[in-house]
Amino acid sequence: MVESDHSSKVGARTYSYYPGCSLHGTAAEYDISTQLVCQKLGIELRELEEWVCCGASAAHSTDHLLSLALPAHTLKQAEEKGLPLAVPCAMCFSRLRTTIHEIKNKDTLNLVNSAIGKELGEPVAVESMLQMLADESISLPVTKPLNGLKVACYYGCLLARPPEVVGIDDAENPQTMERLLVRLGAEAIDWGLKTTCCGAGVAFPRLDIVLKLSHRLLSLAQKSGADCVAVACPMCHANLDMYQKDMIAKFGQKTKLPVIYFTQLMGLALGFSPKELLLDKHLTDPLPMLREKELA
Amino acid sequence: MSRIGVFVCHCGTNIGGIVNVPEVVEAAKAMPLVAYADENKYTCSEVGQGSIRDAIREQKLDRVVVAACSPRMHENTFRKTVATAGLNPYLLEIANLREHCSWVHSDSKKATAKAIDHVRMAVAKVARHESLFPKQVGLTKRALVIGGGITGIQAALDIASAGHEVVLVEKEPSVGGRMSQLDKTFPTLDCSACILTPKMVDVAQHPNITLLSYSEVKEVRGFVGNFEVDILKKAKMVDHKTCTGCGTCWQKCPEKVTSEFDLGLGQRTAIYIPFAQAVPNKPVIDMENCRYQKYLKWTQTEEGKKPPECRICEKLCPTKSIAWEQQEEIVTEKFGALVVATGFKTFDHSVYGEYGAGRYPDVISSLQLERLMSAAGPTEGEVLRPSDNTHPKNIVFIQCVGSRDDKVGRPYCSKVCCMYTAKHAIMLKEHDPEVQCYVFYIDIRAGGKDFEEFARRAQDESGAVYLRGRVSQIYQDGKTLKVLGEDSLIGRPVEIDADLVVLATGMEASEDADRLAQTLHISYNIYNFLIEAHPKLRPVETQTDGVFVAGAAVGPRDIPDCVAHGSAAAAKVIGLLSQDSLTTDPLTAIVAPMKCVGCFACKAVCPFNAIEEQTTRDGRIIASVNESLCKGCGLCVVACRPGAINLRGFTNQQLLSEVMTLVRR
Repeated sequence: MVESDHSSKVGARTYSYYPGCSLHGTAAEYDISTQLVCQKLGIELRELEEWVCCGASAAHSTDHLLSLALPAHTLKQAEEKGLPLAVPCAMCFSRLRTTIHEIKNKDTLNLVNSAIGKELGEPVAVESMLQMLADESISLPVTKPLNGLKVACYYGCLLARPPEVVGIDDAENPQTMERLLVRLGAEAIDWGLKTTCCGAGVAFPRLDIVLKLSHRLLSLAQKSGADCVAVACPMCHANLDMYQKDMIAKFGQKTKLPVIYFTQLMGLALGFSPKELLLDKHLTDPLPMLREKELA
Repeated sequence: MSRIGVFVCHCGTNIGGIVNVPEVVEAAKAMPLVAYADENKYTCSEVGQGSIRDAIREQKLDRVVVAACSPRMHENTFRKTVATAGLNPYLLEIANLREHCSWVHSDSKKATAKAIDHVRMAVAKVARHESLFPKQVGLTKRALVIGGGITGIQAALDIASAGHEVVLVEKEPSVGGRMSQLDKTFPTLDCSACILTPKMVDVAQHPNITLLSYSEVKEVRGFVGNFEVDILKKAKMVDHKTCTGCGTCWQKCPEKVTSEFDLGLGQRTAIYIPFAQAVPNKPVIDMENCRYQKYLKWTQTEEGKKPPECRICEKLCPTKSIAWEQQEEIVTEKFGALVVATGFKTFDHSVYGEYGAGRYPDVISSLQLERLMSAAGPTEGEVLRPSDNTHPKNIVFIQCVGSRDDKVGRPYCSKVCCMYTAKHAIMLKEHDPEVQCYVFYIDIRAGGKDFEEFARRAQDESGAVYLRGRVSQIYQDGKTLKVLGEDSLIGRPVEIDADLVVLATGMEASEDADRLAQTLHISYNIYNFLIEAHPKLRPVETQTDGVFVAGAAVGPRDIPDCVAHGSAAAAKVIGLLSQDSLTTDPLTAIVAPMKCVGCFACKAVCPFNAIEEQTTRDGRIIASVNESLCKGCGLCVVACRPGAINLRGFTNQQLLSEVMTLVRR
């Protein structure tokens, strides 16, 4: 008989975890809140030991093969672990799914294999953290319902498109995050820009474009009655949260609108404190609004 | 012994430029049974045909091979030629030296050798030809027109005016079709109702036309000249024989439901006529929504609150025409010819998520705009935003919604949208000079009499701004609809604040078009549009004799095209019904009764339902061919295991001798 190794015992909800660079840097609050929430829900995340950068915009705008080889390296590790891969960052998720989509072509697969020096087998299932946590078979032990909180759910480009790659419910008007937050007691407002681009990495060469696009998003969310915007992407979060001061200077926007990771909102409802969830890390401080709603 | 004549055609340089015709003639003369061979520059010309006739008489020929173009082109021509010289027209064979030889080869020597083989095969086959004689069958001199839109109306009126009886079946409570929903028509801006309603009245009043409204075709049996059709007459719940159409019932009915005719923008009552000019101008009761019906349903279970018994229409009807006992019924009628004019429906734009998927009340379809612009519509011709009943000033049009878009499975052009959008831009400016229209388009397709000028007028006189590009997104920002798109001519994104967005939805085959086509044994394409026998030369015929197609059921068409095709189909029906009997093509399958074992493998493969059961005198059940239905396709011949079936004109023996002559050469 073979002794079973308890440390590697695989539960029904055990995932390989690929945080990506952002969650180890500017989006630490996304990482921490994700880990807390998963712990609470009995989901085990095992971070891949030797994951590498997905390449993000830098790779796919300069070298097509590199943009596939980097995610392929991580995919190969996940394949060796044999567990489904959970990915919080929308960009990483998009790159991984795109790679899986493209290596269906045999010639591309051969190129990628020679680039990483390994033979890719059947890829593991890659899920965005949003899709994974929105699974309605997961019961949510809500201790502090988000009553009275009006949330504009924002998906950005990469969680919704291209539909055949990311597999979302509706690329133009998705409901995944809405359904999840409603289960936590929040109210999801209907608004028309939930999958419209925030400007993303264009912030570096052309901040004016990002200010224009992000401002349009925030002002419509505000006009539609939202108390905050919920996001599932570090890039979107950075643009929407970080530049509000510049937007006010440029467009004269009246009040600020907090931008919060959906996992932080989940954490609040599941009983974690704002401090634990690093809600004090945002540049647009959500705490006054949360206190007003008696959620913090 | 046969005496076969071979006539080789140069077809100008079409054949003669590649094939050495004199060499073919010399080779033909040496073939067995060939008594005469000659060549012609154009055999189909009067001179060429004359030389065949003369040779038959002078050389006492009893069989003829014409080596020329495809039999699809001139077989009938040459059958007539040999018939005038006294031969049975089926003692002719065509060797196709053009499409099958000279047009597809460039090596003269090899092509000539192949041409000689073609002639050799034709000679071998025609030697085994037999005289064939067409049969005569009777016919019913009545026509059925399916669909009471402008196409069906035109066809019915034309056939009836030629003196034949017509039954016009319409599934809605009124004839008129889509045209009755339109406000004006392009490019003349004629009022649609003004030119349509007199024709609708003519249909109702014509002594030769029986109008079956609120009815549908269920089953069709039989063949050209002798169709038997089951027609379902839905229960109207109103006796149209006694009803005078006074209108008391629909004015007093308390139950209001959304009007299908006004596309959700207005209301109708449960007992209703779809629109004021409806023909017949007599109501039907919508049993789903009738209060008395709801009451009757409640009495069966007595669950919940007791609904009112109502029956107000019955109490107020001065002629006691409400007929609660009416049931739907199926009537069977006989016809000689059928015209299918089932029209189209508009594309459902809710699949376009980027245009709001039907979520925004002020994003409407162009047909909805027609209802808003119509004086008989829900707003009495005042164009108001559905959301707040205000007058829209900035109006954005998006072309090709459900047309030219592979993504939604509609790659075809709907043909009418460019023009009706130009019409809308012109009309809206006339309604309200403060209106500014923007039109996003892919191309402006304005092919048609006065069309290009009309589309220019929308831009030059009515000031509509045409932007070449597609819209990527529409979203609601307060009362404004933000329209984001691209102007591909300047290569820049554009953003327009719109009060109203109108989607130029394309044309789709009508509901159930495929089921009806299957019933009629006619072809339809992957979009369920019906397929004509030949897209250019037989535009209203189908592969089933006696069944004709017309209008937008065949593909996107505008009103003048539909009227023209309706009349064209009528002309074909009139021609058919003017005969006292029909001549059947003798090139049909025939069963040898002694060989048939009654397995009916033939019946399983026959696409035309032509195989029937027959009991022999000794009590065996065997197959027999209904020669009126048989198209001579030959499937049954191949399927028949005992080899009992043969195809006249293409018998196994004839085909085999063709092959053998090649093998033995």
